Amino acid sequence: MKREIPLFLTAVIGAIVLAGFFVPHQFISVPADYFQRCAVIVVAFGYALGGANLVRVNLEGIARRHPDWPYKVVLLVGMLVTLVFGLFVDRAKFQDPGTVSIWIYDNIYVPMNSTMFALLAFFIASAAFRAFRVRTAEAALLAVSALIVMIGRVPLGDAIMAGVFDHPGLPDWVRHLRLEPLQQWIMDWPQNAAKRAILIGAAMGVMATGLRVILGIERSYLGGSD
Amino acid sequence: MRFLELDRIDRRWIFLVVGLLVLIPLLWPIGLPIVPTTPVRQYHDAIAAIPDGSTVLMSCDYDPASTPELGPMAETSLRQLWDKRCKIVVTVLWNGGAAVVDQTIEHVADEYRARGVPLKDGVDYVNLGYKSGNEAVMVLMGQGIASAFPRDQHGRVTTQLPIMRNVTDYSSFPLLVNISAGYPGTKEWVQQVNSRFHLPMVSGCTAVSAPEFFPYLQSGQLRGLLGGMAGAAEYEVLRKERGAATSGMDAQSMAHLFIALCIVLGNVVHRTRRKEGASS
Repeated sequence: MKREIPLFLTAVIGAIVLAGFFVPHQFISVPADYFQRCAVIVVAFGYALGGANLVRVNLEGIARRHPDWPYKVVLLVGMLVTLVFGLFVDRAKFQDPGTVSIWIYDNIYVPMNSTMFALLAFFIASAAFRAFRVRTAEAALLAVSALIVMIGRVPLGDAIMAGVFDHPGLPDWVRHLRLEPLQQWIMDWPQNAAKRAILIGAAMGVMATGLRVILGIERSYLGGSD
Repeated sequence: MRFLELDRIDRRWIFLVVGLLVLIPLLWPIGLPIVPTTPVRQYHDAIAAIPDGSTVLMSCDYDPASTPELGPMAETSLRQLWDKRCKIVVTVLWNGGAAVVDQTIEHVADEYRARGVPLKDGVDYVNLGYKSGNEAVMVLMGQGIASAFPRDQHGRVTTQLPIMRNVTDYSSFPLLVNISAGYPGTKEWVQQVNSRFHLPMVSGCTAVSAPEFFPYLQSGQLRGLLGGMAGAAEYEVLRKERGAATSGMDAQSMAHLFIALCIVLGNVVHRTRRKEGASS
């Protein structure tokens, strides 16, 4: 029963929500709308579950003195302080200016979040130098396209092209060489064709997986081996 | 031989060069010319085409990490909408984003107030805040905006706000302006709302996700697209503004050029080393 009940619920709810997309009759649309409202509540409970799991995993790490255990202490203290101020001090106004929660958000969360993302530029530069190796003709094509798009997307690309080719002695077609239209062509045609194929393939995969879940063939979401 | 040792260079030198190339143009802008591209013109024109005074839905699906890239386009969009005297209903589907979006709205609203335009929170605009549930929230909004967001970002009852009097569901809006950093974002709005509720939409997204949305632009499901800081800068040029995106483009240009140089240089060193290895 531990597996049959979730499978039954998934099949019934999945079928009703799916039918609700095509059948406007109230016998279908009312329960379909209700289940979709429930989905929002279920997702919200996921946060509580996620929080509990975070505490469990990190407490275990601290108890066993994992090499990075001091960071886990910082994480748990940070979480506890934010929760306490949000739930018991700022309460419903926790997102208003002047509250402790907003102070924590502005002075701790925002800088840390921005720093993590900003580091990406440095690692991309380093990876571009070390890892972007052209070994085959296909890789060469990819690298050349990437360079054209990378330079053509920014104003500097056209400025360079104008500086190099904008010479009265050169033929007109050379003087009008610009990276911007070339990168736009790459984005509009080859890139779009490949992306569309991936999108259609992925959409068909999602439909197939959805049907497999509703029909009870796909059971990996239940956990365990099958 | 020194040239061949470049691939063993300490990566901190590369980090230093990237840091300087970004920092110097931010402090002393070069002022490279920015020419608006077609997707950006389409974005601008789609907003320009909605009737003056309409109520527009704007979903700002990003968090502080993407704010330098997406904040400028959100600000310029707000300005274009308020210049048309539109009312704006803002939603956020990223859990870390509601407060930073609130600050962006208030920052632009303060500019208007300083110029004597009395924009009022709850009357001319409202930030409905964050709601968990991703695509489920989008579908739920189709049943009723107020039922999906019973309270706004500051805890006020949504149905009691003057701006929400004429707002029922997606049919209340002529356009959806989506500023998206990833999932959930533009792709989900197209799939769940544009295709199902036929709400016209435009998107401003991060540069890394822009290629994914070009098929939607070509098919007409997106009326316009701003890709990353470059798109935001072009939008500012169209609007004759000089904001953070325009200032940032010089820095981004230099970083792009350096990364391209790294790719070329890395490959030249690699091939030279291979040739030398083969001949010895």
